[in-house]
Amino acid sequence: MSALLQQAGYEEERLQRVSKQLPCREMQAGMLLALLGQPHQYSYPSIFIYGHRASGKSHVMQVLLKELGLPHATVSCVECVSVALLFEQVLLSFFGCDAASLLPRSPSLSDFVRVYRQQRSQSPAKQTRYVVMEKAELLRDTDANLLPALLRLQELVEDNVTVILLSEIVWDKFRPNTGCFEPLLLHFPDYSKGELQQILSQDKHPSYSAELYSSYVNILLGVFYSVCRDLRELRHLAALNFSKFCEPLAEGKVKETETHKLWRNVEPHLKKAMQTVYLREVSSFQWEQMQQTEETGALRGLSAHTHVELPYYSKFLLIAAYLASYNPARTDKRFFVKHHGKIRKTNFLKKNEKTSNHLLGPKPFPLDRLLAIFYSVVDSRVAPTASIFSQISSLVTLQLLTQVSHDDQLDAPKYKCAVSMDFICAISRTVNFEIVKYLYDFL
Amino acid sequence: MSKRKIEKGSLPVGECITQVQEMLRERLCHQQLPDRPEGVEAQHKHLLELLKRTAVHGESNSVLIVGPRGAGKTMLLKCVLRDLLKEKEAQKNLLQVHLNGLLQTDDRIALKEITRQLHLENVVGDKVFGSFAENLGFLLEALKKGDRSSSRPVLFVLDEFDLFAHHKNQTLLYNLLDVSQSAQAPIAVVGVTCRLDVLELLEKRVKSRFSHRQIHLLSNPTFAQYLERVQTQLSVTDDFPDSKFAQDWNASVKTLCEDKSVEEVLQRHFNSSKDFRSMHMLLMLCLSRVSVAKPAIKPADLLEASKMCFTDAKANMLHGLSILELCLIIAMKHLNDLYEGEPFNLQMVHNEFKKFLQRKSNSMYNFEQPVIMKAFEHLQQLEMIQSVDSSSAKTQREYQLMRLMLDHSQIMEALQKYPQCPTDVKQWAMSAFG
Repeated sequence: MSALLQQAGYEEERLQRVSKQLPCREMQAGMLLALLGQPHQYSYPSIFIYGHRASGKSHVMQVLLKELGLPHATVSCVECVSVALLFEQVLLSFFGCDAASLLPRSPSLSDFVRVYRQQRSQSPAKQTRYVVMEKAELLRDTDANLLPALLRLQELVEDNVTVILLSEIVWDKFRPNTGCFEPLLLHFPDYSKGELQQILSQDKHPSYSAELYSSYVNILLGVFYSVCRDLRELRHLAALNFSKFCEPLAEGKVKETETHKLWRNVEPHLKKAMQTVYLREVSSFQWEQMQQTEETGALRGLSAHTHVELPYYSKFLLIAAYLASYNPARTDKRFFVKHHGKIRKTNFLKKNEKTSNHLLGPKPFPLDRLLAIFYSVVDSRVAPTASIFSQISSLVTLQLLTQVSHDDQLDAPKYKCAVSMDFICAISRTVNFEIVKYLYDFL
Repeated sequence: MSKRKIEKGSLPVGECITQVQEMLRERLCHQQLPDRPEGVEAQHKHLLELLKRTAVHGESNSVLIVGPRGAGKTMLLKCVLRDLLKEKEAQKNLLQVHLNGLLQTDDRIALKEITRQLHLENVVGDKVFGSFAENLGFLLEALKKGDRSSSRPVLFVLDEFDLFAHHKNQTLLYNLLDVSQSAQAPIAVVGVTCRLDVLELLEKRVKSRFSHRQIHLLSNPTFAQYLERVQTQLSVTDDFPDSKFAQDWNASVKTLCEDKSVEEVLQRHFNSSKDFRSMHMLLMLCLSRVSVAKPAIKPADLLEASKMCFTDAKANMLHGLSILELCLIIAMKHLNDLYEGEPFNLQMVHNEFKKFLQRKSNSMYNFEQPVIMKAFEHLQQLEMIQSVDSSSAKTQREYQLMRLMLDHSQIMEALQKYPQCPTDVKQWAMSAFG
């Protein structure tokens, strides 16, 4: 197993410790180590590592650099909101605080390289120095010169330094217009189902046998594998639901060997978890509480709380806006005028799926149309008072409606309805209005 | 084979391998200068002559070195400088200023860097004092005071020259080229760039002051030369401590280059690009496979390395998607086929997916809308789909228009390689329309 991790110049013992910490990643670690070479040798100026989320990119880098005791600076591009923070961190980890304080207040790349060179001339690299940039895709949004400069940092500072970029996104999306020094590309493949099982089975519960936990992991993967391959997410779900799995065992109803019964017990529970915990509708704390009180799903998730209390006319305004957004204007007469003339049925109902508004999304409508529909759906007589109009604009601030185009238009502004079908159905139920009857798409 | 080496060699094989790695890594990764630039002798001579005239005779010059990335522009310049500084007189005389367009992003920074590198009087330690205007005036004054006979010549090297052309008013370029045109201190301005249209970027007044002397490095080696280059890059030099090992190594490199399959692979690389950098990357990948247990590069190593260079990154990423995400991508592909590349939104994709489920009457993939939304957003994070308009805050997430960033063949290829791909999904992907 550890045969893959062989590289002259490092202690055997340390390499073994590394390989123990990297299950299912010996191949990649071995290849990376071979590329990095011995500590004093030069390595390729920049290496770009890409792979899916939670495929062990940062972990492998961290374990390798820490365990082998190589000088390195790990920088997360999320944290470095300005380049100054990035420079400071790199200098700090290579040369100590004194070097970082030499940087001027708002340093440019030129300052960074100058300070680096100055420090390097005092303490030249005996070993290759590594700069690891996590979430490197964010480098594209910063200064356009930063990424090309980092890629040829070795040449710019004339030091034995290697920049390692970690990202989820492929290199093709990084390349600047005028090109740059091409890094060495390395792919970390996703974990296969077997590997996921192997890794997840490692954190077993102390009071139960390892086989039981691995059969639990197997059931968990059976439910979630088709949706999610993220190791971290799966590990989180496994930790959350294990107590439910063990419940029949604790009560003494089932023995450990009766996997089928355990599976029957836990499977609907896991399916429920996919709709709640996986989507973060219910927080993991709530989920754990629910398991103790034996009522899964009784608690309403986050999205169920989107129901808001609105004033009576606001509800009708919203309904009118929804109708205006999702119905074509030519059908308004048919729906909202009491004694409309003859309309040929065949022509009216001719529609194809491509033009369905529930597929294409809401259409903008003018204020006049909204008010016309509003007066038609409200039974009583409503005066167009200031409060009606202010309710429209407050619906906009609540983001239930959105104003299209110019914000400062007083006459004939256009709006769009921004609520979902379920939401509007719930609203119309409270005022006893059957909205489905008025929707062209559902006729 | 390795045993024989231990017997006859003066160093143990592990030590030899370390030495070889060190020597070749210095060459491949650190861009160590060769003794003599290959294939660019004429350019080398031209540039050397030109710079010598500045350094020795005090003649002002300007020149641009133009060539694609990885064509050896910096290498050529460094070689010329090394050869130039071998001469006593030039070494004594010449002052050098190195600027890089990536680092000196505006004229203010560039000017500070110049004064710092020239050690002028307003520099204390390595701090530069004064405002931009003062610095510029000071520098111009210093340059103006000099004349051809008495003052020391200055060599300005502007790496990434095209980026200097994006500075405001091109002040720095104007002043440098102006000095080089008038009878002031002798300076040589050497620009290094990869843009062939770099002269079009210059303002008219700057362009008129430039000498229009260009050195093009459009190396166009034949395949035989390329092959030879691979061999020389991999061979160790004569000053290798263990001569027996060096001989064996060079012989093994020679047999490697004569191998038929290796030649085929190199031909492929040659066809895709002829620059040195991509070759160095390939050789570096080969070199990393050399260890004590396997003390020579085998053809299989080169094949593996070339496979690594040529893999399609997007196909690699598609391989790691979950089955739900793959189904969504197939649905998008069908939408693209049906509506000829019109953008789509989540609702349409879901609708397409639902049609597939209805037809197959298979409840296995019956996921709720939010689960599908999560998968869709994951695809968006991976930039496999991209939103059409940037002002996405105003529309609901399920109605945002998206475009697929993969092409047909990539999807089909990924589907073939996908581990345990269900047959019905595969058939759905194959069927022409939904």
